[in-house]
Amino acid sequence: MFKQIIFKSLVVYFLSVNLIQAAESGGMPQLDPEFWYSQIFWLVITFGILYLVLSKIILPKISDNLEIRKSQVLDNLELAEKQRNDSEAKLKEFDNIILKSKIEAKNLFNESRQKLLNDINKKKEKLDEEIDKELKIVEAEIEELKNKSPEKINKIAIETSTDLINQLIGASVNNSSITAIVTDVSNKNKTL
Amino acid sequence: MAANPMSQFNVYRIGPEIKVGDIDISFTNASLFMVISTITILLIFNFGAKRNSVIPSKIQLLGELSYSFISKMISDTAGSKAKPYFSFIFSLFMFVLFCNMLGMIPYTFTVTSHIIVTFVLAAFIFIGVTIIGFIKHGFGYLKLFVPSGVPMVLLPLIVIIEIISYLSRPISLSVRLFANMMAGHTMMKVFGSFVVSLGIVGGWLPLSFSVALTGLEILVAFLQAYVFAILTCIYLNDALNLHH
Repeated sequence: MFKQIIFKSLVVYFLSVNLIQAAESGGMPQLDPEFWYSQIFWLVITFGILYLVLSKIILPKISDNLEIRKSQVLDNLELAEKQRNDSEAKLKEFDNIILKSKIEAKNLFNESRQKLLNDINKKKEKLDEEIDKELKIVEAEIEELKNKSPEKINKIAIETSTDLINQLIGASVNNSSITAIVTDVSNKNKTL
Repeated sequence: MAANPMSQFNVYRIGPEIKVGDIDISFTNASLFMVISTITILLIFNFGAKRNSVIPSKIQLLGELSYSFISKMISDTAGSKAKPYFSFIFSLFMFVLFCNMLGMIPYTFTVTSHIIVTFVLAAFIFIGVTIIGFIKHGFGYLKLFVPSGVPMVLLPLIVIIEIISYLSRPISLSVRLFANMMAGHTMMKVFGSFVVSLGIVGGWLPLSFSVALTGLEILVAFLQAYVFAILTCIYLNDALNLHH
């Protein structure tokens, strides 16, 4: 603070010395009226031209530019808003389409699955029927064979037993009695 | 001659002597710098106004920023009624600013460091504002000198003070600008001569001070132009919107 005061007073002192010197050597040129009219004249001329050109040509242009920029920016903002809304709407539409197509795909899938299942069922039924048929035929055959087999067995048994008896005792036995025995035995077996 | 810090304010004739009647209107160095300032302003703002792109170029930005700066200053201080005077205040601000700034270049002449120049500007503003005031309010403009809410006893005194303060407006306006510019330039010259006289041993202190002073003077150059313009706006505000 103290230093500052000393410094300031020094500055003031030097300044005043210089100013006094200046005053001694002719004073302030500003107070010399020699060129006052010239300065006034040229000030009026230059400032007048400056004012006229600025106000008539340049400032309206700048003002227009600013206005145009403002409206342009507003327009652009508006356009951007509109486009944003558009794109949002489109996005929604797109979502809807995707949803729809998903449902459709599901439906299609379900339909085809149903169809396939139906087909499979039909074919299965058909196959079952066929298999049943075949089975029935085979069963019938087996039944037939079964029905026929005791007779054959009896026949074979009779033949073999006749042969055996023939070889054992060397005499032919009455066929009918053998048959009776065999049927009797087979019947016994059956009952067993 | 160079040692005299006031010699930088000398006005001298350039070219022949021109006389109209008894009046000397010769082209001087002061006139030269008025012309240079005017041409510089016109060139800069002409380029600034020429092309219009959404993203402005630097010079266009300069023009537009100055435009909005002054337009905001006017609407803040004088309201919307001052719109018609925008061009005048813009020219005034730019003229003073460029004269001040060009004066900061070494070996140039500072137009605004001459009392006659600033006084003519201030007197023009004063007369213009007074005329505008009388046109807008008739003799009601005299109410400016009679503030409301003052006790009757004090009224004569207040009126006299108001009138004196009103009449001293051109003087305060012109002397403020002139004195600031002259003092600053004189100081710079003085410190510059200290650098030379103290030489390489002791010259560093005034040199550094001189550098700081240059920054300060550039600030002052802007500030004084701003003050000049804003005071004009305030006077205009008094004339346009009689608030008292």
